[in-house]
Amino acid sequence: MTKKQEKTLGRIGAAGGLLVLAVVAAPRLPVPAILLFLVPYFTIGWDILWKALRNIKNGQVFDENFLMAIATVGALAIGEYPEAVFVMLFYQVGELFQAVAVGRSRKSITALMDIRPDYANVEREGKVETVDPDEVAMGETLLIRPGERVPIDAVVLEGVSTLNTAALTGESLPRDVAPGDEVISGCVNLSGLLRVRTTKEFGDSTVAKILDLVENSSAKKAKTEQFITRFAKWYTPAVVIGAVALAVLPPLLLDGDWTRWFRQALIFLVISCPCALVISVPLTFFGGIGGCSRAGILVKGSNYLEALARTETVVFDKTGTLTEGGFQVTAIHPQECEESRLLELAALAESHSSHPIARSLRDAYAAQLDQSRVSDVEELAGRGVKADIDGMTVYVGNDKLMEEVGVPWRPCHRVGTTVHLAGKGEYLGHIVIADQIKPDAKAAVAALKRAGVRQAVMLTGDAKEVGQAVGAELGLDQVHAQLLPADKVDRVEELLKGKSPRGTLVFVGDGINDAPVLSRADVGVAMGALGSDAAIEAADVVLMDDKPSKLAQAIRMARRTLRIANQNIVFALGVKGIFLLLGVLGRANMWEATFADVGVSVIAILNATRALKENG
Amino acid sequence: MKKKFQIEVDCANCALKMEEAVNKLEGVTAASVSFIQQRMTIEAPDGSDFDALMKEVVRACKKVEPDCVINL
Repeated sequence: MTKKQEKTLGRIGAAGGLLVLAVVAAPRLPVPAILLFLVPYFTIGWDILWKALRNIKNGQVFDENFLMAIATVGALAIGEYPEAVFVMLFYQVGELFQAVAVGRSRKSITALMDIRPDYANVEREGKVETVDPDEVAMGETLLIRPGERVPIDAVVLEGVSTLNTAALTGESLPRDVAPGDEVISGCVNLSGLLRVRTTKEFGDSTVAKILDLVENSSAKKAKTEQFITRFAKWYTPAVVIGAVALAVLPPLLLDGDWTRWFRQALIFLVISCPCALVISVPLTFFGGIGGCSRAGILVKGSNYLEALARTETVVFDKTGTLTEGGFQVTAIHPQECEESRLLELAALAESHSSHPIARSLRDAYAAQLDQSRVSDVEELAGRGVKADIDGMTVYVGNDKLMEEVGVPWRPCHRVGTTVHLAGKGEYLGHIVIADQIKPDAKAAVAALKRAGVRQAVMLTGDAKEVGQAVGAELGLDQVHAQLLPADKVDRVEELLKGKSPRGTLVFVGDGINDAPVLSRADVGVAMGALGSDAAIEAADVVLMDDKPSKLAQAIRMARRTLRIANQNIVFALGVKGIFLLLGVLGRANMWEATFADVGVSVIAILNATRALKENG
Repeated sequence: MKKKFQIEVDCANCALKMEEAVNKLEGVTAASVSFIQQRMTIEAPDGSDFDALMKEVVRACKKVEPDCVINL
C-alpha cells in the first residue's frame, strides 16, 4: 500500500467510527442530527467535494467526484443522513480496494516482464566495476558470474557455462556456451564464470528491444478497448441526463412524490460511473500481453491479440518454420554392406568439403573421422566427389555421376536429395538427405485445427514433391510449392480474398526474407527470433523460440484474453443495467447502488488478472 | 522524437482524459497515457523544444485532472 492509500485507510476508519457514534448519539443529544452526521461526512468526503467543485471550474463536469457529491448532498437534503455518510464511506473503501488491486496486478505484470538486467560487471584498467548496463560501450569486457543475467549481447572470450533462456523463450531449455559463442542478453548464466566481449550497446541488445516492444504494446489498442473509451464518453452524461429526467418527469407527469423520485434519481447517479469498464478492459489486455511474453510470445499490441483470437487461416512458410531449415540424413539404404559402413564411406569421402550436404553427412556419422585413410580427393563440380578410401576408389554423388562411372543405380522413394555411392565399379547404395520436419510440427497443426483454425496452408520455394510430402505428413489443407518470394505475396492475397470478413489470416515465417508477406497478412508471426533482430522488427507477433506449437498457444491465450474482456464488459454493463432498472422501479436503495458500482469494479479487476496466466 | 514520462494518476478515466487533452496540443504528434503502466509517451517532431512542450502538457493535464503528477 502506498502512503496515500494508508492515509485513506485511516480516514475510512475514523469516519466509520464517527458514523457509528453519530447513529448512537443522534436520538439522545439535543443538537440537530445533521450536525452530528456532517462530522464523519466531511472526514471521509471533503476531498471528493473539493475535487467536484474544482473540476466544474475547469469545465470537467461529469466525473465520478461530481456524481458522488451530487448523490450524497442530495441524500443529506432529503434527510437521509446515515445513507449519505455511508455512500461516501463505501465509495472510498471501493476506490481504495480498486487502487490496491490495480497496483497489485500492475506489479505482477511488470514482474513478469522483469528481464531488465540491473547491472554489468565491466573490466576497466584491470579492475572489475559494477555499472549500469547503459554505461557499457561496445567492445568492452564483462564478467558474468553464475546466477547473474547476461546484461548485453556479447561473445564469449573465456569460460564455459550453461545459459537459461527461460526469461526470453518461456521454456527453460539450457543452452551450452563456450568461447566464440554468442550470448544473448536476458538469459541467466547458470554454471560457470564467463568473460565476454560486448557486441552491441545496451540499447541495441535483445533484452532492450524486447522490453521496448512490450512496453509500447499498449499504444496499439484493440477494438474492444477503443469501444470502451468511446462508450465511457457518452455513458456518464447519458446517465446524468437520465437521472435528471427521473427526478423531474414522473412527479410532473404522474403527480408523484418529489422526494421519492429524487431519491431514485440519486441512486441512478451512484451506479453511473464507468470505472469498472474503463479499468478492467485495458487491464485484461495488458495482462494478456504480459502472460504471452512470459511464455515467450511477444505481441506488439492488443489489436494483434484480438486478431489472433479470430484466426481462420494460418499460412506457414516451410523452411525454418515447419522444418528445421537445415539438411539432415533421413535414410540410409545400402545395397549390400552395413548402414554404418555406407555412412562412414560417404563421410570420409566428403571429409574435406564445406558443402551443406557434406556437413550433414559428417554430422550424421558423428564419430571422429580419421582423415589419413582418405587420399586423392577430387571434387567433381555439379556431380559429387571422388576419393580413395583405404585404397579403394569411391564415388559419392548424384545420379549423373553414377551414369558417368557406368554403375547401375537405383532411385529412392524417399523425398529429398539422394546421394549415391559407388566403389570398385559396383553400386554400394544411397543416402537420403532432407530438411527435417520439426518434432512438434504435426502436433502444432493438429492443435491449430482443434483451436478452430479452418485452413492450414504451406508456402514453399521448394520442389513440388518435397512440399507435397511435408504437407501430407503434417495434415495441411493446401500446399503451394515452387514459389518465388513475390509469388508468396500473391498467394497470401488470394487466401485473404477467400476468407470470411471476420476471420483473420496469420502468416508464420522465420522473419528472414519474408518481410513483405509478414506485413501483408492480418497478423505476421516471426518465429525463432532469439537473436534475430530482423524478425523482431518485421513481425506483429514474435515467437522467441522456434516451436510452431507456440502459435496454437498464442491463439488460445489471445482467445482467453478476449473472453475475459468480454465477460467484464457484459458483467459490468449487465449489473449496472439491472441496478439502473431497479433504481427506476424504486427497488434499489443507495447502499445497494454503491455496492453495485464499486463491487463490480473490484470483481472485474480480479477477473482481469486471470489474463496473466500462461496456459491457454 | 519520442519520450516517455513516469506519471502518477489515480483513475483510469482520468488517464483517458489526460491522453485526449495532450493529443489536442499543438506540437504533439501523438500521445498515449497508460494508466496501468503509469506512463505517458509523447511524440513530437524532431527538433522541437521538449521542455517548453512539456510545460504545456503539464498544464493541459492539470486542467483535466488536477491531482496528476508528471515526473519530468
